[in-house]
Parts: sequence; C-alpha cells; structure tokens
Amino acid sequence: MTEDRRVFDYLLRLADSDLVLAQRLGEWVGHGPVLEEDIALTNVGLDLLGQARLWFAYAGEVEARFAEAGRSEDALAFLRDSGEFRNLLLVEQPNGNYADTMARQFYFDVWHQLLLVKLAHSRDPRIAEIAVKAEKEVVYHAERSADWIIRLGDGTDESHARIQAAIDDLWMYTGEMFDPDEIDTPLAEEGIGCDLRALEPAWREAVGSVLDEATLTLPGGTWMQRGGKKGVHTEHLGHMLATMQWLPRTYRGAEW
Amino acid sequence: MFEPLSTAQRARSDSLDAVRRVLATIPDPEIPVISIVDLGIVRGVEWEGDAPLITVTPTYSGCPATDVIMADIGRALTEAGFAKHRVEIRLAPAWTTDWITAGARARLAGFGIAPPGAGAVATARVIDTSALHRRVVRAPVRCPRCGSAHTRELSRFGSTPCKAQHRCEDCLEPFDYFKPH
Repeated sequence: MTEDRRVFDYLLRLADSDLVLAQRLGEWVGHGPVLEEDIALTNVGLDLLGQARLWFAYAGEVEARFAEAGRSEDALAFLRDSGEFRNLLLVEQPNGNYADTMARQFYFDVWHQLLLVKLAHSRDPRIAEIAVKAEKEVVYHAERSADWIIRLGDGTDESHARIQAAIDDLWMYTGEMFDPDEIDTPLAEEGIGCDLRALEPAWREAVGSVLDEATLTLPGGTWMQRGGKKGVHTEHLGHMLATMQWLPRTYRGAEW
Repeated sequence: MFEPLSTAQRARSDSLDAVRRVLATIPDPEIPVISIVDLGIVRGVEWEGDAPLITVTPTYSGCPATDVIMADIGRALTEAGFAKHRVEIRLAPAWTTDWITAGARARLAGFGIAPPGAGAVATARVIDTSALHRRVVRAPVRCPRCGSAHTRELSRFGSTPCKAQHRCEDCLEPFDYFKPH
C-alpha cells in the first residue's frame, strides 16, 4: 500500500468516527430528557460534524494524489456503504437510554482527546492543524461527559445501575481504540499518526479515576470486539446509514 | 533609510484600510452587537495581485455561522467596490476567545452575554485529567445583568456552540456565557 493510500484510509477512520457519532447524537434531537441536554448533545454532534468535514476535505485531496479524482466531503459521507466505513464500533452503537449514550460518549471523548493531543504533533502539517483545532472542542466534550458519568453513578440507585450496565456493555468496544494495525503502525513510525498502544495507560487512568469518583467499577473483561477500522461493523451501522444516506442517494445531486 | 510611499503604494495601503473598515461593519450573525473583527476571526487583509485577500479562521469547526459570515463578507466587499477579492479559511493558529477585543467584551456584557475571561485559555495544553472531576472549581462567572458572582451553570451548551447557559442565583435571570476557548 502506498503512503498516500495509507494516509487516506487513516483520515477516513478519523472522519468516520466523528461523522457516525455526530449522526447518533443527532438522533436525540427532540428526544433529550430535558431541553438543555437536547441542545448540548446536538452541539457536541455539531462539533464532531465540523471536525468530520475537515478530515473528509483533506481525505479527498489525498485521494486525488493516487486516484483519478478525489471525492467530495458529501460523496465520502453519503455514497459509501457500511463496508467502506472505517469508524470505531463503539460510536455506531445505538443511543439506548441516556446512560448508554453518555457511557459511549465518555469512552470516546477521553480517547479522542488523547489521540488529538498526539496528532497535534503530526509531521503532516494539515493533520496537526486540524487536530489542534478539534482538541480544543473535544476537551470540553470530555469534561461534560465525565460530569454525567459522576452524576449518574453517584446519583440514585436506578441511575447507578443503569450507568454501570452501560459502562459494562460498551466495554468490549473499547479495545480497538488501542489496537494498531498495518495502517496505524507505519504511520506512527513516520510521525504522521501516533502509537495507539501508548494511549491506553492514560485512558485507563482517566476513565478509572472518573469511574472511581462516580462509585462505579471499571470493567475487567479482556475479550474485545474488533473490526470497525477494517469495515467489519455491527449490524447497527447499516441501519443508521440507511437513515442518514437515503435522501442524497434517492435524489442524486439534491442540494439544501 | 526611510523611503516615503509612492502615490501608488499609498493608494494600495489606503484601499486595504478601506477593506478593514468594511469588515469591521459586518456583525456576527448570531451576536449582532459585535463585528467579525471584534470576534477575532479576521486574521489577515493583504494584497494578492490586484485583489484583496482576506484570511478568516472559524470559531468552532462545526459552527453554522461560518457559511453566513463568508457570504456576508462577499456581499459587503462587493457593495463597497471590492467585487474582486478572495476569502481564505485558515485553521492555524486555532481561534481563541483571547482574540475578542476589550470593547467587544463590554458590548457582550451589555447585550446580556457574560464575556469570556481574558487570558483564560492556556495556549499549550497538556492533558489534565483533573478537569474531568467535579471538585475542580472554576472562577465564578459574573451575571451580566446585576454583576453578582453568585451564579450557576445550567448547561455546558447554550444557544450556539460558543456559549453555555448559566443562571444568576441573586437576580434569578438566566443568561448566556461566552465560553473561554
């Protein structure tokens, strides 16, 4: 695989996780438990959507270096099938109840921030500048989702039970965040990407300390579900994409 | 050795000043009491051949106001006689609320939005997980109406991505807080 193809695939991973989670958060519009939360989730989704666009735009430029033409942001978002999506399995999991949504967000936000801090030093200046911009937003997301983990965990018996169940259920999707493959490793060695394994201790430390304060238990399971980065997804992604993509696929060239 | 500007050079420099004056009249679409220059998102005005090049940086990456601002710049410059111009988006260095001018902070407060603290943003961020815990106490946000520091955060997001919702525990008014970023 050439360098440009690797970078393209890597950018899709970053963009797709942002896009898929943004779409999931968008599903809460009009369904949030209170108006403030409805607005907050949508705003987090909006940040992620903005970040996805920056990654997609760059991915399209990189694609043009080895393909006949680079695809547009819209083509990459709306005209690929689930097997071509490179997002983490974690972010495509359904919203469930509010604890499920916040547990998913918390696991992702802490990882996302650690990753972006590293990518801010990427040798690829475009990746570095997008990472710096995105990290400023994500640090706020992480603080907000940590607040919720503590509030729910150290709340009522009911909220405690639900957030612990969510933390446990989603645990098996956290492994692939730290699992480098034949794309991550060379890019990390070249200083373009980062060493995913090195993120894990800091992530466990941060997640563990928040769960501690929330009177929750860090799951101990070691079996992890993998595949998102290779396009092998859970059944949920296809259903989500059907909703997200039907309009531009049905009405080709439709514009806002 | 100081060389006086030629007439042509002076004309070009005067024109850039005119462009800057036009930009300073364009309001932020969501916070009309401050201009896009006040907001600190106009990062450069220069000549590119015979046309002005305006460099703009987005506030938040997904902020829907960015497209509106771009359109507003194009319209205002065209009306002012600068139909030929180019607007470029630049990401780095990333926008920070530290670039909001002092005058604009006062106008924000007058408009009912608590301004972000100046210098509240660290430029070189390191991972600080202590911020994930609720025992971290932040500097109080003052109520823009009565000035009380006895306020409470209602939600970390408000009517736009750049604001949070707070409420004054003294005058009981809810208000927007422009988050330090």
